[in-house]
Amino acid sequence: MTSQRDLFGSIRVAVNGEPHELEIDNRETLLDVLRERLGATGTKKGCDHGQCGACTVLLDGRRANSCLVLAVTLQGRAVTTIEGLGDGDDLHPLQRAFIDHDGYQCGYCTPGQICSAVAMLEEAAAGWPSHVTDDVAETEVKLDEAEIRERMSGNLCRCGAYVNIVAAIVAAHDEGSAT
Amino acid sequence: MKQFGYARADDVAGAVALVSARPGARYLGGGTNLVDLMKLGVERPDLLVDVSGLALGEIAENADGGVHIGASVRNSDAAAHPLIRSRYPALTQAIVAGASGQLRNLATTGGNLVQRTRCVYFTDPSKPCNKREPGSGCPARAGEHHNLAVLGASAHCIATHPSDMAVALTALDARVHVHEPSGARIVPIADLYRAPGDRPDLELTTAPGALITGVTLPALPIAAGSRYRKVRERASYAFAIASIAAAMTVVDGTVRDVRIALGAVAPHPWRAHAAEAALVGGPADEAAFAAAADAELAAAQPLPGNAYKLPLVRNLVARTLADLAARA
Repeated sequence: MTSQRDLFGSIRVAVNGEPHELEIDNRETLLDVLRERLGATGTKKGCDHGQCGACTVLLDGRRANSCLVLAVTLQGRAVTTIEGLGDGDDLHPLQRAFIDHDGYQCGYCTPGQICSAVAMLEEAAAGWPSHVTDDVAETEVKLDEAEIRERMSGNLCRCGAYVNIVAAIVAAHDEGSAT
Repeated sequence: MKQFGYARADDVAGAVALVSARPGARYLGGGTNLVDLMKLGVERPDLLVDVSGLALGEIAENADGGVHIGASVRNSDAAAHPLIRSRYPALTQAIVAGASGQLRNLATTGGNLVQRTRCVYFTDPSKPCNKREPGSGCPARAGEHHNLAVLGASAHCIATHPSDMAVALTALDARVHVHEPSGARIVPIADLYRAPGDRPDLELTTAPGALITGVTLPALPIAAGSRYRKVRERASYAFAIASIAAAMTVVDGTVRDVRIALGAVAPHPWRAHAAEAALVGGPADEAAFAAAADAELAAAQPLPGNAYKLPLVRNLVARTLADLAARA
């Protein structure tokens, strides 16, 4: 066993490329550390139970619900939040697409939607199957609207902006495929 | 949330020794179920032993053509693995039918098998529940039970096991590798889960503190045409109200071999032995498929709020087998 059994632990974790040494109460989630200790309030707390996707971040490049990840487990890991996707006014293509296609109403789910979409496009490019994939042995994914809706089903939008969210992701995907 | 200690396991035997000696200890894998239950106050561990870093993260082909999946393989990786999606498509279909993309990236193979029921009384500590608090009672029978068990339940508990993945593994005769305080052994998945009886809090047949280290799928040619089908109350990101994993071999219109497991109808993934026995050697037609489903459901004990599952399961079995027969 590598670690002490007391109620706190220390981790070294990179958030948006910045290294942080943190003393962690074992009960703290990644979501709470981001928002309450690192000031990265772009990541939102919706349900806090893994049901809404508002807290989605990238963990070593993969999308994950930060509300269900205990921060003390993150020794040596790299986290990317919505703040780390673009560079000031130089927006990530998906951020730009959400603006262009009005992919939100209140905006609360948007950081999670965008982080989720970034990783989802990579999963599809890697050939991962989904529930609506006809032949799961087929390793080439045709990312149509049905595939996008299924793959994004872990991100709820209570305003119901789904039509424009899908349009934004389609546009970003088309743009990415064209380059 | 109650305070707890945290230890990172670096070997299986050490982790098992630690957890088996400490009733308040729990293994932490992906945390998608456990951390949620801790927030709800359903689980109140005093120590988490993090097993996600153990060397159990590989998928590998065995010499006999079977495939081994390490316990800490993430659900996403298992579903997308070339050996799984080509040889055991029902398993890939089952995994991607569950949860969401971001949850599947966290959830592990071992954790999926031992996840807890989503019965609304179990997840609400303000309510009695024999599974959470043995002897406290079960409000589900007279209360909210529309998604609870119609097969294999007891007077004390009618909870269902929520996994999709485990249903496919049950149809595929997976073997579960467990490490107990007394050593390692292999358990057929059909023997992993305990019937609820008067102790629904005890869900597994393994010794307290046992750690699942992996799952082996046997070499199984019939599995290449296997199928998982899930019925739920919305199109995505919801638990099943009924599901089926099935594979069938038909020769000259006769069923030669068939495997059927049902989900969301029982305390554990339900291998449909009666339906299988009714089918083998008989005609592969819709009347036989429906009759086989009826044979399985003969033992059902539905309640007012979940009796709808009987025709649902009957139709699900008949339709899925008809699809498999049409492709055979």
